[in-house]
Amino acid sequence: MENKRNSQTIAEYIKNWSRKHSLFIMAYGTGCGAIEIPATLTSRYDAERLGIRGAATPRQADVLLITGYLATKTLKRVIRVYEQMQDPKYVIAFGSCTINGGMYYDSYNTINVLEKYIPVDVYINGCMPRPEAVIAGFQQLQDKIARGEADNGTRYKENLEWYRANQHRVIKNWRMPDYNW
Amino acid sequence: MEGIGLKILGALLTTIMAFAVGMTYGGITRKLTARVQNRVGPTIWQNFIDLVKLQSKKTNIYHGVMGHFAPMWIITAAMTVLMFIPVLHPNSTWYSTWFPNLTFHGDLIFLLYMMVFGSLGMALGAGQTGNPNSAIGVTRGLSQMVGFEIPFVLALVALMVQYKTTSIQDIMAIQDQSGVWMMFSNPFSFLAALFASLGMFRYSPFDIVGAPAELASGPVSEFGGKYLGVMMTGGSIFAFIKLTLYVDLFMGGAYSIPELLIKTFALYMVPVFYGWVSPRYRTEQAIRYFWGWPTALGILGVIIAVW
Ligand code: SF4
Repeated sequence: MENKRNSQTIAEYIKNWSRKHSLFIMAYGTGCGAIEIPATLTSRYDAERLGIRGAATPRQADVLLITGYLATKTLKRVIRVYEQMQDPKYVIAFGSCTINGGMYYDSYNTINVLEKYIPVDVYINGCMPRPEAVIAGFQQLQDKIARGEADNGTRYKENLEWYRANQHRVIKNWRMPDYNW
Repeated sequence: MEGIGLKILGALLTTIMAFAVGMTYGGITRKLTARVQNRVGPTIWQNFIDLVKLQSKKTNIYHGVMGHFAPMWIITAAMTVLMFIPVLHPNSTWYSTWFPNLTFHGDLIFLLYMMVFGSLGMALGAGQTGNPNSAIGVTRGLSQMVGFEIPFVLALVALMVQYKTTSIQDIMAIQDQSGVWMMFSNPFSFLAALFASLGMFRYSPFDIVGAPAELASGPVSEFGGKYLGVMMTGGSIFAFIKLTLYVDLFMGGAYSIPELLIKTFALYMVPVFYGWVSPRYRTEQAIRYFWGWPTALGILGVIIAVW
């Protein structure tokens, strides 16, 4: 039992179990990946059986899906959405574009490595990942949550200066409110 | 003081039951909806899991005093109204042993006032968050309420006028004596109230308040985590209250918990079934719907009652 719970307390174990089985997703439909989300959520692949369900606002969401390349302009919105989400929160990044820029690696207005701007829990590779891969990614996230290793929000808060510096480097006209997340 | 202790225990028991039943009905609905859409769907306990998850969120956004109070307001209103609803028939043995007389011998008019308190709390809380979507959601919700309250009140007025009482328990006793449920003796009022219930439960054609795609879930769009969890709890208690009130008024009340569950579930499925086959209305379409046939039926019910 000690092993299975990964040295979590009972309360923490129960909380993580419920977090794992109830993921409200905020699908930020950037890039090409937005089209895979409806397929994942509707009848054919039915993500709701895993407790995955769409949330309409960042306040209610647990998982932020970044579904592809991010223009610097979009990155600004992504950061705002991410900071409005409440702890514990998770980020799943889709496709090669979020890992290393993909086919937009030398584009003048997209970012290459998402990890520099917000922390990412799970990457799903492919261009574009199919719904099976997306669900596999979700399961990976669920395992991570169950082990108590998904600490996205804390990582962001602890390394805030580093993330902010990177964000400021690409977003030149930084006019954003400071959120108390 | 043994009496007081028993009453408090009974009140607690009623609240817990209302909560559990409301949440489970929501879960069953999600499962059934999934099956209708040819999906596997979540477990029927999914709503409970969601609730535990929401309660174990680590941070919560603070939007000011009213935003903080709104969820408490909703749950307080829900529990207060619950105390005024006869959950079981007063003549049943279950009533005297399990639910001692905490249910108020009264009054439909009072209840009509109290039932809007939850929505009021929601409106005040949503107002404080300052989110434009919330404001639109609240105006839509209040407009919809103006729509469905009219057939609902007409149906209740018909009952009150015909039997010259405003007491729920008296209405239940009348059904007992005559042996005919109100849904058969006053069919027009029942139909009007049933149509009104479509609006109350806010399933599909009337989900204009939450409207996830246009309004980002409307009034609750700034509430997350624990606040949302408390609101969910209050909402499920309210669902149970409305169903129990309908059972008491139109289906002769219930003598035992299983009977109550069967009757409430049958009633609950009406808006759910209707929702599966209907797309969403716009606000003015929804109001026009309620002020059309349901109101006509309600007026017919009143005319027959006076006659
Ligand atoms: S990884 Fe491929 S599919 Fe995904 S956003 Fe980039 S180019 Fe589009």
